[in-house]
Amino acid sequence: MSLDHLIASGLCGFAKLLTGVRAVWLGSEPDARPRVYFANHRSHGDFVLIWAALPPHLRHRTRPVAGADYWLTTGLRRFLINRVFRGVTIDRRPDRHGANPIEQMGTALATGESLILFPEGTRNLNDGVQTFKSGIHHLVKAHPEAEFIPVWIENLGRVMPKGSLIPVPLLCTLTFGPALALIDGESRDAFLNRARSALLDLAPPED
Amino acid sequence: MNLTHDLIAVFGGIFGLLAVFSAIGAVLKYRISPGAPHGVIDNLNARIKAWWAMIALIGGAIWIGKWGVIGLFGFISFQSLREFVSLTHTRRGDHRALIWSFFVFLPLQYYLIAIDWYGLFSILIPVYAFLLLPISSSLGADTTRFLERAAKVQWGLMICVYCLSHVPALLTLQIAGYEGRNALLVVFLVLTVQSSDVFQYVWGKLLGKHKVSPAISPSKTVEGLVGGVLTSTAVGAALWWITPFSPLEAGLIALVINMMGFFGGFVLSAIKRDRGVKDWGAMIEGHGGMLDRVDSISFSAPIFFHIVRYWWVA
Repeated sequence: MSLDHLIASGLCGFAKLLTGVRAVWLGSEPDARPRVYFANHRSHGDFVLIWAALPPHLRHRTRPVAGADYWLTTGLRRFLINRVFRGVTIDRRPDRHGANPIEQMGTALATGESLILFPEGTRNLNDGVQTFKSGIHHLVKAHPEAEFIPVWIENLGRVMPKGSLIPVPLLCTLTFGPALALIDGESRDAFLNRARSALLDLAPPED
Repeated sequence: MNLTHDLIAVFGGIFGLLAVFSAIGAVLKYRISPGAPHGVIDNLNARIKAWWAMIALIGGAIWIGKWGVIGLFGFISFQSLREFVSLTHTRRGDHRALIWSFFVFLPLQYYLIAIDWYGLFSILIPVYAFLLLPISSSLGADTTRFLERAAKVQWGLMICVYCLSHVPALLTLQIAGYEGRNALLVVFLVLTVQSSDVFQYVWGKLLGKHKVSPAISPSKTVEGLVGGVLTSTAVGAALWWITPFSPLEAGLIALVINMMGFFGGFVLSAIKRDRGVKDWGAMIEGHGGMLDRVDSISFSAPIFFHIVRYWWVA
């Protein structure tokens, strides 16, 4: 086993120990087909948790989509995202030059790999889910063959909220919902809203 | 009789019973649904298997001694508090209060038992945590549902840490003529209350017709409650020889702690129902979470502790 693999397994093991993460599959099953897992985003640990909850044989072919502006800034982050997580790093700036993010993601899907995507764009520090950025709509148009699976991450935002150094060992649950596809003639906003409510449907009731 | 003899007798008896139950479970499986899944029987067998592990853990902890029992219940408290807070709604402003609960109050409570400081152990959470945690939360400067959040954190600590810690605290009681045998009080409490849960389940499955309160728990029936509490009260009375009590006293005390245990499960069911879940977690196969298993102990342990302390400690 290579060092990269070892670090990846170690991080997954740590995430499981800290959060006791449990995967609940409602309406979909673990499967090797190319998929886009899209989830709510509260913490930097979100994709590690999705990773840890997937069976190991799927984990190695599932790549997180991550912002280059955060992940490519220091040597350690670069090593983690490129070597350990094998992330697809995209340039989130509107005035970007260089590679088109949708094409970068498409290349991964075309080789049979799956993606982890946070359509809110950035971490959400409030309750609920922010409106989705349009990237996921571009992606579903370019790759209708991929399965879009909503994943609700419960509690990780409470384990280690922004600005705190010590995590609270709460139990996290990941709920995987049924796959979502683009309907003929559906507008961009209609799809984004539908995807967002598919994700919210998996959230436990608010009190 | 000395402690080792009694422990061997009791645990030998329990393991013998478990062997009988495992055999019955295997026969039921073989006769009714060989090779095919069967909800009730598979759950029953999963429960019996988990009982082997749980009894072995308690036996191991008692064999290690005081630190074994404190370590085991410290871990049970930790896991229960995890499950409790995970299911109840807190906000970002409570983060510091939660850190205090998990990493300061929980270990400190068990440390105070280890050093036998009754005066502070008995007020640490009802007084100090009760006042300090809301102060910490208020510094989070978030007033949304503040009273509710403060109450939830305090409740979690009371149920999962304060109440459960009264089980190892039994080891600190000084009972004339019972020196060195306090571990058997732990066995008496855990065995009586847990057998009540088991017999309520068994009587409920065999005769259960009238639900105690369908709104709170679909599985608790009047027949299960009466049959279970009476049977395990008899179990408690039959265990009088490992306690400082007479058979009558042992039976009466067993009745009290079984009723408390029943209502412990009942109250925590009301919380689960409100949160829309069936179990607190998925840690113990067939049983649900840790808190599903120890809710009855949480409610009965402090009462048992104080009954013994008031009438038997000189």
